[in-house]
Amino acid sequence: MKKKILSLMLTAAVCGGLLAGCNSTPSSSAPSGSQAGNDSSAASGGDTIKVGILAPLTGDAAQYGIAASNGAKLYFDQLNAAGGINGKNIEYILLDEKGQAADAVTAYNNLLEQGVTAIVGDVTTAPTVAVAVESASANMPLITGSATAASVTVDPDTNAVRPNVFRSCFIDPFQGEKMASFSKEKLNAKTAAVLFNTNVDYSVGLKDAFIAKAAEIGLEIVATESYSTNDVDFKGQLTNISAKNPDVLFCPDYYQKVALIAPQAKEIGLTATFVGGDGWDGAIEAINDASLIEGAYYCSGFSADDSSEAVQKFLTDYNTAYNTAPNMFSATTYDAAAILADAIKSAESAGLAAGSDEYKAAIISAISATNADYVTGHFTYDQSNNPVKDAVIIKIADGKYTFDCKF
Amino acid sequence: MRQRVQIPMPVRYLINGVLIVLLFLLGQVLISTGVLSSYYQKILLQVGVYIIAAVSLNVATGYLGQLPLGHAGFMAVGGYTAGIFMKNFPIKGMPAFVLAILLAGIVAGIFGIIIGIPALRLKGDYLAIITLGFGEIIRVILLNIDTVLGFKFTGGAAGLMGIPKYTSFPIVFICVAVTCLAIHTMMKSRHGRAILSIRENEIAAESCGINTFYYKTMAFVASAFFAGVAGALFASYLGLLVPSDFGFMKSIEILVMVVLGGMGSMLGSVLAAAVLTIVPFALQSISQTVADYRMVIYSVLLIIVMIFKPSGLLGTYDFSFTRILEKLINRVGIHDGVAKKGEKSR
Repeated sequence: MKKKILSLMLTAAVCGGLLAGCNSTPSSSAPSGSQAGNDSSAASGGDTIKVGILAPLTGDAAQYGIAASNGAKLYFDQLNAAGGINGKNIEYILLDEKGQAADAVTAYNNLLEQGVTAIVGDVTTAPTVAVAVESASANMPLITGSATAASVTVDPDTNAVRPNVFRSCFIDPFQGEKMASFSKEKLNAKTAAVLFNTNVDYSVGLKDAFIAKAAEIGLEIVATESYSTNDVDFKGQLTNISAKNPDVLFCPDYYQKVALIAPQAKEIGLTATFVGGDGWDGAIEAINDASLIEGAYYCSGFSADDSSEAVQKFLTDYNTAYNTAPNMFSATTYDAAAILADAIKSAESAGLAAGSDEYKAAIISAISATNADYVTGHFTYDQSNNPVKDAVIIKIADGKYTFDCKF
Repeated sequence: MRQRVQIPMPVRYLINGVLIVLLFLLGQVLISTGVLSSYYQKILLQVGVYIIAAVSLNVATGYLGQLPLGHAGFMAVGGYTAGIFMKNFPIKGMPAFVLAILLAGIVAGIFGIIIGIPALRLKGDYLAIITLGFGEIIRVILLNIDTVLGFKFTGGAAGLMGIPKYTSFPIVFICVAVTCLAIHTMMKSRHGRAILSIRENEIAAESCGINTFYYKTMAFVASAFFAGVAGALFASYLGLLVPSDFGFMKSIEILVMVVLGGMGSMLGSVLAAAVLTIVPFALQSISQTVADYRMVIYSVLLIIVMIFKPSGLLGTYDFSFTRILEKLINRVGIHDGVAKKGEKSR
């Protein structure tokens, strides 16, 4: 009997939760908006420009999502502290999408409903593409600081540019090409091997571009090995690579995998120089012994050792706000927010009403006309809504990320 | 003895039919009047997809009593079938989508046969592992088949993009209703009884002349068919499919819905699918603190239910509106003229 009562109560609680979910959500837009834009909306006095931020704050990609969203939040907070745009503050609404495309689409609709006029995000590729497709009908300006796949701004089926989608980071092919040229020209490599992750689009994209560019510039690819996301043992692949004795090993994956691959490469005595893409950012923190990746090079959109004034100011500000050092995603998303804010400025100066279709169209045309300096470099946009800017080559030396050159 | 009032079968179907139509109209009115905005509609569509997935898994788990862990694999097969079909079929629009849904179900069903025949010769843990393996194989094939074929087929890790988006409330509602009806009538039929008897005692069922292997495969294929339908709806809902969406955890997520709702209870699956899809969104929008801890709350909720009600919220109880009606009529009957005296004197 006791059990029956308990189970009844539980059923009631869950059903109640269901109903509460339905009831409480309509009124929730206000708290979730104000909770995210805490200090901004307080100072605003009502007239605000609503901007959405989409990022994975939980799940596998959370580390990127948190760093990226912190960058965007920092910029908007600074902008609001400096008086906002045209006397209006930016009210940002940050939503978590768990790194899943389905959740990203739902979160986008939530933002749309709350009347945002533009969105910074998403962070990883698949959710960003899903949101890009979904946002086309509303012509919602979307600017991502970290989704690097070409398909984010260009529909791969029709090769049509998605007019409302921009990014402030490099695309995958660009990184692969850069690293191939860099290996050939700066590292004087003659042979290269590639070890990539078949499950990650990012990894495949970089690999394809690297191999294509290598063929073009005469860098010989002596081995191409692959693994899948759940693999933890790479000795088989590494032994095959080692047998070919390449000058460089291009390993385009995220830092978690790099931290597993590098010690095993050492163990089997692989001597090739590691070369990677921007997913390497975070590798030193993820690996126990940084000497294992000593001398590795990767390309990045941002280096903390860049002595330019804008970078140093960003570093200090970020450190003050979050008590941790920014990574590349923080910087590029900070820039994404800045580019967006500048575009909003021009829409505001045209006297349009925030949230209207003309306002969004004005933001979009202002972004594509961007021609200014930001933290990660000088930005202009090409036909495919990709930024044209220099890459930063980072070398891991003495257990630290060091600025090697702009390439 | 007084005769219990029983509602005749055609009337039962009529009552339920009317109720379904009313529910549909309610949804339509809520959407067209803007009470359910696009955000809630999106959640509602996801709920619909997961209801179909959970109810179909319930056939294999709850009714047949097996533990397949590859349900997301069938969803993936259905989703990719529908996606590729819709992208390449010359006719666009609703008819193509309906065809795609059917095709998705059929292809997933065929995969169900292929997997079911070897897998269902095993039991318990072994079946769980072989289906788990199947789910992973599907995902890995979807990831790598492009390189093997040498042309663009599934889109690999980048995913299948540009699937036309047709999933809307009416079509999801119809699919949910048809799925529930089809599974309900199947379970009430001779075949369904045979499936239930296998769950209760396979040896006894076999000794009564039931071809257990045939019925197990049948239940498994039905389960796969509707999972394919759910996959097709999901594909056209999102417009983009990524193999990583159909990983092992997705299978577990659906299994959690079935187990939480009560294995063998269709209402349980429907409720649990709805609750577990909505709860993460609802928790996110209550307050920031709740949003930060929503993953913890979600898990604790699951643990509490499993501790206090291991058979799931509803156990094997199945909801029947007409049964409640009958009970009401019978109870009212006690106070009516005929039964009054007789009842009291006894």
